[in-house]
Formats: sequence, C-alpha cells, structure tokens
Amino acid sequence: MTKEQIKATILEIIAQIIPDEDLSNLKGDIPLREQVELDSMDFLDLIMELRKHYGIEVPENDYMQLATLDGSVAYLEPRMKKL
Amino acid sequence: MLANKSNETRIVITGVGLAAPNGNNLAEFRKSLLAGKSGIQKFNIRYMGEVLAGICHFDPLKYQKKKDLRRGTRAGSIAIYCAQEAITDAKLDLACLDKSRIGVYLGITEHGTVETENEIYEIKQFDYDVKYWSHHHNPRVVANNPAGEVTLNLGITGPHYTLGAACAGGNIGLIQGLQMLLLNEVDLALAGGVSESTGSFGIFAGFKSEGALASHEDPAKACRPFDKDRNGVVVSEGGCIFVLERLSAALKRGAKIYGEIVGYAINSDASDFIFPDKERQIQCMKLALNKAGISPEDIDIINTHGTGTIEGDQVECQAIREVFGEHPHAHINNTKSFIGHAMGAAGALELAGNLPSFEDYIVHPTINLDHLDPECHLNNLVINEPKKIDKVDYIFNNSFGMLGINSVVTVKRFEE
Repeated sequence: MTKEQIKATILEIIAQIIPDEDLSNLKGDIPLREQVELDSMDFLDLIMELRKHYGIEVPENDYMQLATLDGSVAYLEPRMKKL
Repeated sequence: MLANKSNETRIVITGVGLAAPNGNNLAEFRKSLLAGKSGIQKFNIRYMGEVLAGICHFDPLKYQKKKDLRRGTRAGSIAIYCAQEAITDAKLDLACLDKSRIGVYLGITEHGTVETENEIYEIKQFDYDVKYWSHHHNPRVVANNPAGEVTLNLGITGPHYTLGAACAGGNIGLIQGLQMLLLNEVDLALAGGVSESTGSFGIFAGFKSEGALASHEDPAKACRPFDKDRNGVVVSEGGCIFVLERLSAALKRGAKIYGEIVGYAINSDASDFIFPDKERQIQCMKLALNKAGISPEDIDIINTHGTGTIEGDQVECQAIREVFGEHPHAHINNTKSFIGHAMGAAGALELAGNLPSFEDYIVHPTINLDHLDPECHLNNLVINEPKKIDKVDYIFNNSFGMLGINSVVTVKRFEE
C-alpha cells in the first residue's frame, strides 16, 4: 500500500466507526479526537479493525502515535507497505 | 390493597410508547388489532435458515445516531424509541423536569444472548482467538443495558435497571415503576418491557428443541392460541414503555390519563422449569383482584397470556374458568395471535393494545382461532372479529413466564 492508500484505508475505517461525522475536512496534523467525536472505545474499534482486516497489531504503548491522521499513516506505512 | 388511596398514592398511565411487529405507535397498533392484521413474517436467522418471527419496523434513526446503533444493542434501540415516544405522547418536556427523579424500569426475558452469539460467530472466523472479541461486549450484555441506553439517550440520572422475569417481564417492569412511585423514590417512571429475542438463533432453536416453535405456511396464521392446530410460539421482538405518574402530578399538569393501575400480583409456581401451574396462576389472579379490592365480576376484559402451546394455553384457560366462573362477565382476548410472543415486552405491549378499549368500548379478538380446542373453551372469548361491549371499566392483563413466574396487572378506567 502507498501512503495515500493507507490514508484512504484509515479514513474508510473511521467512517465506519463514526458514520455520522463529516470527515472531508480532517486536518492531518491535528489530533482526530479534537476534530471529530471519537472516544476511547471508537479508537479501540480502529485498533480492532486493523487487527481483523490487515493483521496489524498495535501495542498499547504505541496508541498515541495514531492520534493524528498523519501520525497514523507514518506509523502504519512500514507495516502496510507490503499489503 | 391499592384502592381508596389519595392522589399521591394513585398511579396512572399518562403516556405510551411502543414498537410492535404490526405498529410503531399505539394508534397504529390498535388499528392493526381491530383490523385483524398480523405482524408475523418470514425471517432468516443464523444456522436455522427461514423461521417465522415478529419483526418491528420503526425507524431507529428517529432518536439515535448511526454510531449509537453500531455501539448499542437492538434492545437498547427499541427501548430508546419506546421511551422517547412515551414522553412525547405524555406531552412532557424533559428540559423542565428533574431528571434525577425519573426512573427507568424495563422487564426483560433475557439480555445478552444476541450479542454473545454474534461475538462467538465473529471470532469463529479467527479460529476462536479471543483477541478478536469485541471491547463492546460487556457494555452490550450487562443486564441493565436496555434501560441504561435509555438514560444515556435522554440524559436521565435517576435509577435505571431491568427486571429479568422471563415472559412476565413487561408486567413486572410496570409493577416496579408503580412501586418506586409509591415509595417516593422517583416522580416519574418509564416502565414496561423490551425484547430483542429475534436476534438470537438460540431462542428459536431452544423452542424448536422443546417442540414448541410455531410453523405454518402462512406466517399470519402461525400464532394460534387456543386453536386445536396450534403448534407453538412465534418469537417476536418489541417494546412498550409507559409513563407512570402519581395522580396528583398528572392532574396538576392536565395530562391525558389512559388508566389507573389499581391492582397487581406476582407469584411463583415453584413446580417446574417450563410447565405452568394452574393453582399458582389462580392464586396470582385472585391476589391481583384482592389488591384492587374488586371481584371477578368487575373485570371487563381479560388479556390472556396464551402463547400457542398446548399445555400453556390449556392451563391458563382452566385457571381463568376457576377464577371467573364458567359464565364470566369479562370478555377475553389474546394479543400474541397478532404479534407473536414479544417475550419481555409481551405483558406491556398486550396491555397497551387493550387500553384504547376504555375509549372505544371495542375488544380486539384472538385471531387464527378456527377450531377451538375444547380444553380452551372460555365464555365470551372474542374470536377472530372485534366485539363492541357496553362497559369497559377494568382490564386484567395476564403474563406468565418460564421458571414459574406469574404476573397480573389490573388497570381501571380513570375516574377522579
């Protein structure tokens, strides 16, 4: 996957988790939780979807690296580039 | 005895919100009951394929976001819909009420079965590796979930819980609400019952294994209490929540009063897991009459519990004959014949379906009764067509459940 594909994948997952939110103007460098209604249980949904559909394990200590969209892409890029 | 109380201890119904397989509110439900319209349909369920079920068709997005639906349960969603509809029907403005003095009391037959089955099905795809088990599981399956979701949705901060009472749950939720008002624990009760049982293959399979799951080539004919050809229960989902208030509060705000709860009773068979006990049912009915300070001759409509099983229907009819005599004044009907068995919601939904009789003096029938089982003979059983009667002052609502729990609620036409 390219970085753009990874970003699109993350946005697709988030859209399923918070279907009422408008994601079209999300800024990549601002924490997701400051831009949309995404609580800790929603965040765990993101982790679970990555595990179920892409076989990616995100250790709890790394959760903060997925706080922003840009951070998520950067963190997942080496883990998803071969997918 | 609940009779002869002051306005502070008289409890009245001032709002009704419901989701039934044949109606999304009381007006629609009543219209279907008087038109003989069934809510039973073909339904596909995991592992079993096509079954018959009562499915509700209300719009859950009327009061919830898509995210709420994804996170919560079907029972929670039904409960939220019913609670919101009940409050609207009661013409209450929640913003003007002390939300810490509102209680939510919902009867359930079971809860968590659907969600647990879903999770096990999900992790089966991952060779039962529990790291794929959802973090949403516990908040979804806690027994208070349906009532708790109502408080989350409405911002109610008073007490909330469910009452596990098998298929008597709807009546018992109502009774609990009444009791909490009498104890002055709350000023307003959202009370009734809810069921999401159609989401569980296990519920269907369990009845099938008991030889008690109804089947018929025409879904509308499947639930046929008291008919010789009845062959079991039709599983349904649904909900019904009443707004209960003290009469003093209802009068003060000029509320429409559907009726006054004047009697109730709950007892236990202590005899069998499944099979009913005539003597305990008789005791329960008599206790409900005694609490209301009335006699069998006072009752105008009896809503039977009858689910369409051989034994259950016969025992209830025997009990009714013993309590009300061979020639009862009361007219007798059955609501499950239209909507199937809405489990924890059944008692509340069936009572709601009868409440309009106080205004229109019409008794909805029991449908699908083509060949009466002689053991189920009851004088004044209203069969297949609604019947107009001269007097409707008291409605008597039977609701019984597994493990031998019996309940009766008596509602009286409101008179100051």
